[in-house]
Amino acid sequence: MSLTENTRVQAREIMARYPQARSALLPMLHLVQAEEGYVSADGIALCADELALTTAEVAAVATFYTMYHRKPAGEYHIGVCINPGCGILGGDSIWEKLSARLGIGHDEVTADGKVSLERIECQAACTHAPVMTANWEFLDNMTPESAIEVVEKLVRGEEVMSTRGPHIRTFKENEFTLAGFDDGLVDFGESDEQMLAGLKRAKELGQSAPEAKQ
Amino acid sequence: MTLTPVLTKYWDEADSYKISGYMRNGGYTAFKKAFATGPDEIINIVKDSGLRGRGGAGFPTGLKWSFVPQNDGKPHYLVVNADESEPGACKDIPLMMANPHSLIEGVIIAAYAMRANHAFIYIRGEVPHVFRRVNNAIREAYAAGYLGKNIMGSGFDLEVVLHAGAGAYICGEETALLDSLEGRRGQPRLKPPFPAVAGLYASPSCVNNVETIANIPYLINNGVDWFKSFGTEKSPGFKLFAVSGHVNRPGIYEAPLGITMRELLEHAGGVRDGKTVKFWLPGGSSVPMLTADLLDTPLTYEDIAAAGSMLGTGTPMIFDNTTSVVRAVTGWISFYKHESCGKCTPCREGTWWLSDVLHRFEAGHGTESDLDKLIDICAQIAGRSFCALGDAAATPFPAAMKYFRDEFVQATSTPANESYDPTASTIFAGATR
Amino acid sequence: MTVTTQTVTVTVDAVTVEVPAGTLIIRVAEMLGTAIPRFCDHPLLEPVAACRMCLVEIEGQGKPQPSCAVTVTDGMVIKTQHTSEMAEKAQAGVMEFLLINHPLDCPICDKGGECPLQNQAMTSGAGESRFTGVKRTFPKPINVSAQVLLDRERCVSCARCTRFADEIAGDPFIELLERGAKQQVGTSEDQPFDSYFSGNTIQICPVGALTSAKYRFRSRPFDLISTPSACEHCASGCALRTDVRRNTVMRRLAWDAPEVNEEWNCDKGRFAFPYTTEGRLTHPLVRDEDGNLVPASWPEAIRVAAAGLAKSGTATGVLTGGRVTVEDAQSYAGFARGVLGTPDVDFRARAVSSEETAFLANHVAGKGLDVTYGDLESAAAVLLVGFEPEDESPIVFLRLRKAALKNGTKVYSVAPYATAGLAKMKGKLLTAGPREEVATINGAAEFLANPNSIILVGERAAQTPGALSAVAELATKTGARLAWIPRRAGDRGALDAGLLPIGGRNTTEIISATGSAIKNLVIGGVGAEDVDGDLVAAIERASFVVSLETRHTDVTALADVVFPVAVVTEKRGTFRNWEGRDRSFDVVAPTPGALSDAAVLGEIARELGSEISVIDFWASAAKPALSAGAAENSTIGAGEAILSTWRHLLDKGTLQSGEPYLAATSRVAVVRVSPNTAQSLGLVDGGSASVTCCGNTATAPVIVTGGMVDGVVWVPANSEGSSLNIPSGCVVTVKAGGNA
Repeated sequence: MSLTENTRVQAREIMARYPQARSALLPMLHLVQAEEGYVSADGIALCADELALTTAEVAAVATFYTMYHRKPAGEYHIGVCINPGCGILGGDSIWEKLSARLGIGHDEVTADGKVSLERIECQAACTHAPVMTANWEFLDNMTPESAIEVVEKLVRGEEVMSTRGPHIRTFKENEFTLAGFDDGLVDFGESDEQMLAGLKRAKELGQSAPEAKQ
Repeated sequence: MTLTPVLTKYWDEADSYKISGYMRNGGYTAFKKAFATGPDEIINIVKDSGLRGRGGAGFPTGLKWSFVPQNDGKPHYLVVNADESEPGACKDIPLMMANPHSLIEGVIIAAYAMRANHAFIYIRGEVPHVFRRVNNAIREAYAAGYLGKNIMGSGFDLEVVLHAGAGAYICGEETALLDSLEGRRGQPRLKPPFPAVAGLYASPSCVNNVETIANIPYLINNGVDWFKSFGTEKSPGFKLFAVSGHVNRPGIYEAPLGITMRELLEHAGGVRDGKTVKFWLPGGSSVPMLTADLLDTPLTYEDIAAAGSMLGTGTPMIFDNTTSVVRAVTGWISFYKHESCGKCTPCREGTWWLSDVLHRFEAGHGTESDLDKLIDICAQIAGRSFCALGDAAATPFPAAMKYFRDEFVQATSTPANESYDPTASTIFAGATR
Repeated sequence: MTVTTQTVTVTVDAVTVEVPAGTLIIRVAEMLGTAIPRFCDHPLLEPVAACRMCLVEIEGQGKPQPSCAVTVTDGMVIKTQHTSEMAEKAQAGVMEFLLINHPLDCPICDKGGECPLQNQAMTSGAGESRFTGVKRTFPKPINVSAQVLLDRERCVSCARCTRFADEIAGDPFIELLERGAKQQVGTSEDQPFDSYFSGNTIQICPVGALTSAKYRFRSRPFDLISTPSACEHCASGCALRTDVRRNTVMRRLAWDAPEVNEEWNCDKGRFAFPYTTEGRLTHPLVRDEDGNLVPASWPEAIRVAAAGLAKSGTATGVLTGGRVTVEDAQSYAGFARGVLGTPDVDFRARAVSSEETAFLANHVAGKGLDVTYGDLESAAAVLLVGFEPEDESPIVFLRLRKAALKNGTKVYSVAPYATAGLAKMKGKLLTAGPREEVATINGAAEFLANPNSIILVGERAAQTPGALSAVAELATKTGARLAWIPRRAGDRGALDAGLLPIGGRNTTEIISATGSAIKNLVIGGVGAEDVDGDLVAAIERASFVVSLETRHTDVTALADVVFPVAVVTEKRGTFRNWEGRDRSFDVVAPTPGALSDAAVLGEIARELGSEISVIDFWASAAKPALSAGAAENSTIGAGEAILSTWRHLLDKGTLQSGEPYLAATSRVAVVRVSPNTAQSLGLVDGGSASVTCCGNTATAPVIVTGGMVDGVVWVPANSEGSSLNIPSGCVVTVKAGGNA
């Protein structure tokens, strides 16, 4: 896939969401990744052109944020949280074993372009540690074994469900979602054990918030 | 102290994230009440409630709203900080996943109070499913006529836009968030001018945390007295405590502010069998760690401060005695180095240097004189950096030294992974779960 | 304008002063002579408080505050590093951080010896580093442009350069890339730092991160002799500092002139000086009996020149060009009118008209300092006619941009299309094709309704009959003030000196009358390619030609006597800028035997038994009445268009020769047409087109330009990729294709 006139139409659709068009730059760069799999020079030029910026101004933004890739991401971009909250609880071990199994390190892509790996920081899912992500969908409560299994399934083209969300789609598909376009997948996933831990406990103990005195 | 599910009360219902579920349980009634009350009175109610920002700083919400000048003829903007990225913080993400409409209704009320006709929800980019849930909630609210032009015939217009970030912890800092939302590098802005005067698009703006805004419908519906029946005088209300780390039942526990860590820990099933609490962080990696003898501290802004830490995001992380504090601190410092925006010298260079030295400790190659140097480096960052990220980066090491100096001395000769078997501290090390 | 300034009382290091409210602490300290170390702070850039070097203690505040970003309030008590341990420690800490990753390559760094980091490391740093790790390195250096080089490991991320590019020049082609410890200045892959003002970033870089290809590794600051000087390139009138090593100019810097160039200059002024040493004439030349130009002694050359001119002195045309100093211009005027007795003098080395002569006589000459840069900055509206500031007077451009951005000054430009420069001034285009500007000028009154309005008219307005009359009328009608901005540094001084043909022939007329009514020519710095008319043929028809030049040219090759004259570095003198402000300069590279034009003319006068006296020409000159020249309507046929053109700032001008790095940053020629014109001429955007007139052709890529007037083609004059050097308004043929 490459950037087309349709990409420009979609870019302008994003720009129209904001009182000032430049606000659209971050989602537009997600859109570029949805088409190109990374922030390409063409993508930078497109954003610059649409927003009347210099390409340097766009590059300054694109290189600031870690979700923007300088070279094509794998079809499945796998993140392993190594922030202590996950790393100590097993993330570091998952990283080691997964990296060794795939033969690639941080910010690297397998030769077939299927999988890229990233040592990621806190994903706001510490209650679900150790956490991984596949194209940023949650893969919670992982072990080295489950991590390898999930990635191998993805490589084989088998369906893998996010632990809190839909089946894992491609990197490009999810980037399109983050550009703000509906993908119809909202109904997947449900509140899980950790999200309900307090509610369940309260119910067990018969505890609740007081009612307001009207 | 008992658990008090409010925001989380209906999370176990299959459609809790949908407008149907939200309305079945009393949703979208508060904003109508607010429209009938009037904007100034809403600000007063929020002020009177004593609600403090749930993003970490604990600034009084009503006061913050009142800073937005009225009748100035300029557009006003409400910006929701949904960039939850603080290590240990994991409360806004589940809230938006399970109960996004409480956020949207809160947005309606907050925007109405500060006369903003445009609201943005800036959500971190790494959570596509949460993005879907919030975007769906916005669409449903538009479809119901709760957003858009002349909402319910009130004459009040409100557009809400969900905006995905792209991977930058610093964008949780409100002025960096505004720059990012304007399509720029997320580097913090000089203050003054403060966002309330010149924020988004140089217009009066207010940036509030997700949980703060999600509190608003419940506050409006149930009143100030009800709200203040939770918590303490200085820390009123209830809180989503996300308990993580070496506990048997990690998860979201909603309770009044003032519940002690020991009580919360008990709800969360305690630490693993045969293990003891080594250290815990009340609210994110940016607050000083505390030890087991402080578990009885009530989780309020004032009590945690008195104990030498900060409530922060109110998302305690507990580490048991299998954990190498050297490894944990090195990990957090690596994080701050990775996330330092680069704008100011102390944070950019200081985190880089700290990380360099601490990695030597982790590998068992530190020196005793390095310990003084690290303390010095932290002192040279704290209070001198451009924003609070530098202060946060200067926090873990001195706090760890306060309780665990010996462990750092040990790391002058022994690698952290030899002093503490990393396998033992993993969740899957055969421990019960 | 009256500004009521509220003052506040503040104390800095126990000294209490009253200062205007809103003053930054660091500026207050400067007023008191207290040096607070700083890197990111620059008085002409917005504060960022990024480097944190200037931290001071403010009584009552728990942590040190950046003095570059905090404004004083009444009663504030400030303690700098001199009296506060908190401030001293904070600064020492920041300095230590800055140095951990800074290379210790001062001995080979251009900045060594004049480096704020080096100096402040001495005052605020520790003697020894506590850093024992491996410093951050980058491949080095990278070219951010052909001229500007970047050594990233030296950078302290102060963002002065990127802020300058964005805030001042409006050319954000350099940016901070990456983040955290990896943050670095850079360009995008496909677009270099394309700015006429790029050299300023080198000058304001507080470390040696930015250097110029021209100066890199050429000398040490302590080997340089620095002399304040004035720029000879355009009429902006920049103050410069010229640095000389062993009598050779090594570099030029923008010098501080708040009322003129503030602290900036353009790259032409900064880098275009090798011409002063390249291809110079070293001896007087005299044509011998065989018709060959041969070296001659000064006395002989003066004798021959005097004898030649004596034969028919009153029938001499004097062309001086626009590069003469005020002093030289006065000598030319005195020599022509007093010694030779000829009124046939003109400084204009370009297309001229009698309408322009009358306009200049009535509205510009002898007016003294009138409209100033400061006036531009505070104007409500500024109308530009026949004037593209970024190309033709870059400091005017910078000041107008500042006015537009900071004070909301509205800029309007009568031009065929909206240039990038106009966009950077937030300006509005008043569309008008070449020679069709009069109606647009007449209609511009509505934009000048505010009495605080200014009209800036460029020398190209003379190309449109009626335009200058319309401008004068508009000024009268609206009350707007009027200023004329010529392209060359000597134009205004020459005009004021009386080198305008009142009662005589203008440049074009002198050329055409040579060989008949005019027998002799005295030619200063005029190139044959600059004038409207065939100067070479005129010289061949002339009986006797005296040339005063710095270098070999078409004119010197044909003259009967050639005098080498001094360049600006070798003499003292004055340029009068467009405001009418005198910009004096001194000798920077004393050269034995280098004589100014004035000195040479004085010798010839003496040989003629006369003396040059400086005349106050305009005190008694009879000013011709201004009347609109007859409009000429050009009609265009198929495959033709009306030419619109001006020179890029960096063009093929002779004073830019010998500086390849500068030349490599010049803008490439383009062919601009409107969408309609593109269609009728068969041109496509990005394709190539050839524009031909009078045997000269420019071939360049086409840019289809929305909003441009139809039937017009724009190409740069005398620029890289365009040898066209004819006035706007000519009918040209345009063809698709051709090799650019």
